[in-house]
Amino acid sequence: MTLAHDADPAHDADPAHDADPAHDADPAHDADPAQDAAPPQDAAPPQGGTPKQDATPTQERISEEIAAGHAAAEAAAPDGVQRHHPPRDFAPYRSSALRHPRHQLVPVSGDPEAMELSGPVFGATDVTALDADLTRQHAGEPLGERITVTGRVLERTGRPVRGQLVEIWQANASGRYAHQRDQHPAPLDPHFTGVGRCLTDDEGRYTFTTVRPGAYPWRNHVNAWRPAHIHFSLFGTAFAQRLVTQMYFPGDPLFPYDPILQSVTDQRARDRLVAAYDHALSTPEWALGYRWDIVLDGPSATPTDPEEER
Amino acid sequence: MKPPPDDQPTDRAPNRMPGHAPGHTRHRANQPRIPAQGRELPPTPSQTVGPFYGYALPFPGGGQVAPVGHPGAITLHGTVRDGAGEPVPDALLEFWQGPGRPGSLRRDPVTGGFAGRNGVDFTGFGRVPTDADGGWVLRTLPPPPERGYVSVCVFARGLTHHLFTRVYVGAPPPDDPLLAALPEERRRTLLAVPVEPGLYHFDIHFQGGKETVFLVFDGTDESDESESPDGSDGPEQSDGLDGLDGLHGSDG
Ligand SMILES: [Fe+2]
Repeated sequence: MTLAHDADPAHDADPAHDADPAHDADPAHDADPAQDAAPPQDAAPPQGGTPKQDATPTQERISEEIAAGHAAAEAAAPDGVQRHHPPRDFAPYRSSALRHPRHQLVPVSGDPEAMELSGPVFGATDVTALDADLTRQHAGEPLGERITVTGRVLERTGRPVRGQLVEIWQANASGRYAHQRDQHPAPLDPHFTGVGRCLTDDEGRYTFTTVRPGAYPWRNHVNAWRPAHIHFSLFGTAFAQRLVTQMYFPGDPLFPYDPILQSVTDQRARDRLVAAYDHALSTPEWALGYRWDIVLDGPSATPTDPEEER
Repeated sequence: MKPPPDDQPTDRAPNRMPGHAPGHTRHRANQPRIPAQGRELPPTPSQTVGPFYGYALPFPGGGQVAPVGHPGAITLHGTVRDGAGEPVPDALLEFWQGPGRPGSLRRDPVTGGFAGRNGVDFTGFGRVPTDADGGWVLRTLPPPPERGYVSVCVFARGLTHHLFTRVYVGAPPPDDPLLAALPEERRRTLLAVPVEPGLYHFDIHFQGGKETVFLVFDGTDESDESESPDGSDGPEQSDGLDGLDGLHGSDG
């Protein structure tokens, strides 16, 4: 499926095709950003008439919009308790403009038979032992700083999610994905693909060995750089607990500039996306250790554990 | 290679869980609460799947959920579109209609690649990336008539937090509580359109006049606010395309 995307340059994180910078973050780009987040500065609409000719926004503009988005979220939470998840219409992340629903989500409640209260199961056939070591998937060792990333997958009750699938993908140490739509002129590493998966153990624990990914540029705005991150995909016992997210590394100076991390409007919630360096987890003369626990939102599978009958 | 030292206490509290207000303080008077003890830990926030999941999440046969040669198999297909009506070529759809078995993404221990489903077990789980035209195809078994739907979870670049919907296949159960609560125009967005025997069409619209009904489940952070008047989506009931139309021409 990756081939197909070449025909369409309008996709964001392809860095560096700057032939048409206005393109990538896609159409939404120049739409009056205020229309989603309703920040006041939209009183001055960007160049009416030919929005697509509008200059790619500056970091300053994006940073203002991030601040406005955060202020709006704070104002909407008079009790000081903001949403944990990002709003889907976060204007500074340009690609969100045409890809979020405008209707409110429809609640499904009080239906114990809802399919989403159970979820897919995975097993020994779905994962090989090597899948969790991203440094051993090729003939040679990848370049970069070897790291161990481990943590637990928990439900909001604190109960561990056992035997469930954790999938990760990431850029290599230079900040390049092994994906042909990634044209960032940083070297590919023939010894690194950047894909891993494992099943959690009985304590909900996952562990990956990989290399620390590099930061990479994208075309949301001028001089846009993603802080180093690892993408995570997680399943709970219920499909409604599904989560795809990104893990960041502590102390990254790019945090405040990144509209994707900042799409999470609450600082406390953003902090939960950042792994902790754990010296006790570092292995002497081998790898640095990062610890990141993940808490899945949503209802657990109904207590009459339907997995038992599968 | 070397396993990480297993010297961490297994019962330690998750990191990054400072003692700030837990989610259950998020009361809104008109909302039924789940018990406080069910909300002890704040959830890890969602982040967009981004554009580069394509070599990580999809797997061969991800859309071939029906056992091979099953005479009752049906095909669901459609297109994912954005608020301007354009196809979304980088969405990822997941389908769930259990009760399932493991084996959706069986691995080949020899090559490290994918071995494909075994062709016999019904795992109930499908995963399909959209193609360059935003298209997707799922070959599966029809959901039992008393349920009538297949659950769908939608991910995409540009989508900060996945969306759930349902594909109702065939005549929906007359007492389905979700469908019963929706106005006809919105209800229709959840019904697969029969094309020919065994073939159904179902488009997903993120936005616009045909915007798909997306769902939120009890016990999720968002369910606390799904009916609150201050939700950021609240005021935007229009299609909101006026300001976007002009973007199109310059796209090509
Ligand atoms: Fe990324």
